[in-house]
Amino acid sequence: MSRMDAPSAMSRRDLLMLIGSVAGSAVSYRAMASMGLVHESNYNGPIKLEGNPRGASVLILGAGLAGMVAAYEMRKAGYKVKVLEYNNRAGGRNWSLRGGDTFTELGGFTQKCEFDKGLYLNPGPWRIPYHHHGVLDYCRRFGVALEPFVQVNYNAMVHSTNAFGGKPQRFREINADFTGHVAELLSKVTSQNKLDANVGKEDQEILLAALKQWGALDKNYRYVGGPESSDKRGYEKPPGGGLNGKPVYSKDIIDFSQLLRSELWASIGAGNGYEFQTTLFEPIGGMGRIGEAFQREVGDLIQFNAKVTKVRQDDKGVTATYIDSRSGGTPKTATADYCLCTIPLSVLSQIEINVNPKMQAAIRAVPYEAAVKVGLQFKRRFWEQDEHIYGGISYTNLPNRIIGYPNTDYHSAGKGVVLGAYAFGPNAYEFTALSPAERVKKAYEYGAMVHPQYRQEFENGVGVGWHRVPWTLGCAGHWTDESRAQHYDNLCQLDNRILLAGEHASYIPAWQEGAVLSSIDAITRLHKRVING
Amino acid sequence: MKATHAVMLAVLLGSTSLAAQASDLTSSTIFSHGYVFEEKTGEALYQGICQGCHMPDARGATGAGTYPALAGNPRLATRQYPMVMVLNGGGAMPSFASSLDDAQISAVVNYVRSHFGNHYTDSVTAAEVKAVRGPSGASGE
Repeated sequence: MSRMDAPSAMSRRDLLMLIGSVAGSAVSYRAMASMGLVHESNYNGPIKLEGNPRGASVLILGAGLAGMVAAYEMRKAGYKVKVLEYNNRAGGRNWSLRGGDTFTELGGFTQKCEFDKGLYLNPGPWRIPYHHHGVLDYCRRFGVALEPFVQVNYNAMVHSTNAFGGKPQRFREINADFTGHVAELLSKVTSQNKLDANVGKEDQEILLAALKQWGALDKNYRYVGGPESSDKRGYEKPPGGGLNGKPVYSKDIIDFSQLLRSELWASIGAGNGYEFQTTLFEPIGGMGRIGEAFQREVGDLIQFNAKVTKVRQDDKGVTATYIDSRSGGTPKTATADYCLCTIPLSVLSQIEINVNPKMQAAIRAVPYEAAVKVGLQFKRRFWEQDEHIYGGISYTNLPNRIIGYPNTDYHSAGKGVVLGAYAFGPNAYEFTALSPAERVKKAYEYGAMVHPQYRQEFENGVGVGWHRVPWTLGCAGHWTDESRAQHYDNLCQLDNRILLAGEHASYIPAWQEGAVLSSIDAITRLHKRVING
Repeated sequence: MKATHAVMLAVLLGSTSLAAQASDLTSSTIFSHGYVFEEKTGEALYQGICQGCHMPDARGATGAGTYPALAGNPRLATRQYPMVMVLNGGGAMPSFASSLDDAQISAVVNYVRSHFGNHYTDSVTAAEVKAVRGPSGASGE
């Protein structure tokens, strides 16, 4: 924002206070000026594939979001479309495991989800940032109802077995005390003129004002128990009504050294990241509602239970060979003028496909990450009833890493399902290597160290390790700067009649938006080729 | 799915204490504390990592794609083959160069080549892993 916008009678310190207060006009102005979607995303609203494809046909491999975006848009543009899908349902990693569902992972381990009606686990994606305009626009167009996904809950827990005797702490208190101590420290060195070489005198004055507000410092720029800090970290006795309403301010500020050594400061920043900033969404009833909505639109185009074994192109067209994914049997073929292949690279790298050597190399260059999620059902929503945690996420240094509370049906008297583990890296491998029942048991045992109520209230659970998922062999494509530099463009090129799409062909790996934007980019290029010859 | 990857990494890298975290846990499963694996023996490494894909009996599995069997896999006859695969990955196989050290890689390769019906008597040393890893290869730190 321009300083010229500030009324001249207002000091810079006052201006800063104003901006920092809930809705300063300068901030609002900037926000309004930047509200156009085009400044934030390369999604420009519903795609318009103009021009007549003159009966051209396209074979789409995979009925995840990338494949179904393409199926929907290309049929609308006049193409003959057929989709081959390995599973007996559409959606791919857009998936919710609900009570009554059965899931058989690689190795034949079968889980029956015993959740109550209406309760679910999203083994894959579970949140949609507000700037994932492509996914959100399809939700809007297909009538997928959304509700807020709570990323940051100040009343949730941050927990370390190495700090505070293993007792979980409230996010709110750790957050307030960490910023408070840092603000006090910085205000001290500022007042002691130790910043003179780095910060001009006038700016130091502003800095002090900012620190006071940001850190909830008192009038002497100290972070201490009192009204300022209580307004941020909470009260010993919060303000109430009537004769007994007088608040008691918080006194038990956590010692700075103890706080630093607790490492809990590392658990309070997630919501600041671009992909996790408020507002985030989730479909009401589970992330799988998006795949189901797409299936309503394009389900008639999909051949389910089709395992692709070979893709061959020549100067006339593309032929995919496939077998029944359940029973095997005689191979069948599907032929079209063009092919959009959205099969995960972990699988595609094992399928014979005649594309150029550079694309072949790219297909083999992207390993798939480990990730694990465990859903746990409890007899009652004790996190709400006992601890006033409504949605959001608690963090722990235990292998389950997080506990995610349901962001829906608050105050329901019935049962509830929490995300009891969500791990990447070594812990995800270690969870995946266990039997499903052991995964659930471990998530239960570790979670009980954060919420002892687990021991009374636990009923059942399901656990999905993504390397065991038969149709992806992993969670998502793992790119490095080096592999992108060497292979990414080669992966995304149209090779005669074959083009790839999916989250692996995007710079937003592992997010549904990557699949959607990749698909839109791919079919735009393919369409241009078809129209222009 | 990517989720709090970066944040978690920060948490994990910051975590130095290895205090016993769960005395009431009943199974011997090892859960590592950071972004490197803490399993040491070939058996523990196999059970903590490999069997997630190659399965507890090392017979592999097939869905839309296949995890090859390690039991009776003729490619294991060349001891360098599994070593290079663990180091560099390829296709669906991730690289473990940055999450396993030389001794761990040699231990798990030797374990696989001498179990599940495999009876190879030659073995891979940590020094060989180090040599193949090369000077620029991550050492597991």
